Amino acid sequence: MNIPDTLRYTKDHEWIRVEGDYGVVGITDYAQSELGDIVFVELPQVGSSFSQGQSFGTIEAVKAVSDLFLPASGEIVEVNANLGNAPELINKDPYGEGWMVKIRIKDHAEIDTLLDAKAYRSLIGQ
Amino acid sequence: MSFVPHTDAEQQEMLRLIGVSDIEELLSTIPESVRLRKPLHLPQALSEFEVLRELEALSAQNASVDQVISFQGAGAYDHFIPSAISSIISRSEFATAYTPYQPEVSQGTLQSMYEYQSMICELTGMDVANASMYDCGSALAEACLMAAGDTGRDEILIAGKVHPLYLEIVRTYTHGQGIQMRVIQHRDGASSIADVDSALSENTAAVIIQQPNFFGIIEDAEQIVKRAHDAGALAIMVIDPISLGIMKSPGEQGADVVVGEGQGLGIPLSMGGPYLGIFAVREALIRKMPGRMAGMTVDVEGNRGFVMALQTREQHIRREKATSNICTNEGLMMLAATVYLSLIGPEGLKEVATLSLQKSHYLADRITTIRGFQLKYQKPFFKEFLVDTPLPATEIIYRLSQKGVLPGIDISSLDPEETGLLIAVTEKRTRAELDRFVELLRAL
Repeated sequence: MNIPDTLRYTKDHEWIRVEGDYGVVGITDYAQSELGDIVFVELPQVGSSFSQGQSFGTIEAVKAVSDLFLPASGEIVEVNANLGNAPELINKDPYGEGWMVKIRIKDHAEIDTLLDAKAYRSLIGQ
Repeated sequence: MSFVPHTDAEQQEMLRLIGVSDIEELLSTIPESVRLRKPLHLPQALSEFEVLRELEALSAQNASVDQVISFQGAGAYDHFIPSAISSIISRSEFATAYTPYQPEVSQGTLQSMYEYQSMICELTGMDVANASMYDCGSALAEACLMAAGDTGRDEILIAGKVHPLYLEIVRTYTHGQGIQMRVIQHRDGASSIADVDSALSENTAAVIIQQPNFFGIIEDAEQIVKRAHDAGALAIMVIDPISLGIMKSPGEQGADVVVGEGQGLGIPLSMGGPYLGIFAVREALIRKMPGRMAGMTVDVEGNRGFVMALQTREQHIRREKATSNICTNEGLMMLAATVYLSLIGPEGLKEVATLSLQKSHYLADRITTIRGFQLKYQKPFFKEFLVDTPLPATEIIYRLSQKGVLPGIDISSLDPEETGLLIAVTEKRTRAELDRFVELLRAL
């Protein structure tokens, strides 16, 4: 199970990669393998804002639908348009081409409340 | 799969296998204080013959359209039902089929759903249809909930005369959901574009327009659809599928959601049901659409097969976030409608619609020559029209019923704000029947 050390994680299996004032968000390798084939992702409008832990969208596999929770408060500045036609990118490359949203981070202190790779690894029992 | 009750011997065998001596033991967890310890007070069982006699006596108190000439409408019409329909839908594979959750054993059911959905899309000009709802009223209510959810707005505008019973159902569904209904009164029998314009706001989730409307009158629906879109609201059209044989499809008029009553498509009147809720949407709304939907796909060997599609919309997966809690469709009536449309085809449907239109106008022309009878509203109509009467509508209905003619519906019984006799004419009414009706009215 791929769990990059450079990322931070939520208990609900989202990851965030901090890039200066911005954060890129997606779901983990563990999450995509548990969900199975992703068939649809519902993502928010650019410009909308969410607080830490708030649902910003949904992800659909063949037999399940799950909420997506934002790892840190922020404003959506970019949404991965490729996921509309190719949701399977999330299965193939969850940390790369399967990225979901990019946010402008509101409060960097919130990042410190997230799990690091080691803590996430033990959460999923690896 | 056969449905045969277990024999006593089979029951004993099952009890023995699970180590229980009798059925009573399985009920031992039910507290004594709530146990009924005497036999139920039921009358003595009757023989099959006695039961048949009793039921026949009861049903003889009803009249059917086989015995009376009906001019009743208001959402349920005496259209012709080809005999082939009942022989197909009474096949046990269809009549006893259950929900097709297991596609491997439900290909027949799923294929018929797919064919029905395809026909509804062709008929309405919409991109996708579900496999039906219970009836038009509940389909309309679901459309309102969907519009509110999709737009994030909370007001539904009702443009002109929509069937009052459908609106009652919408009221029930929207009650407690924070959705407001606002009726824009008709002007002289139809919607006023100006009134719709002034009622539209950024709170409007959807505008509902019925075509033809509850009076049978043909509305300028396309204009209203356009106004709704300009205000960022969805346009919900309520249609009569028979009328689509000759009228412009809702899809061509820009409707976002189409709902309708499918009873006219080969389904008997049956004292009010079961009927058939037609529901279709544009592609952009496909994930918000309630109800069951069949899809076509291939199996692992590349053979065509049918499955329930996009189940992630439904409440058995999305739970409280589903658009709707409906987990069924009106399968047997849906099949009847599918058989009906296959049998009559586009040319046949056009004929049914044309005959209904022409016969209703022939009747209206002749009735209005009788003193005291006039058309309530001077507007174009399809197969139904409202007349002012010299005697109360209820009296006309009572007196003509004695002579084997149901002259129509007293509109005030459905809508206390209106008066008059609502008369519907279908392709089944012969010239002799129409003329007889006129003579009976003249003789009142």
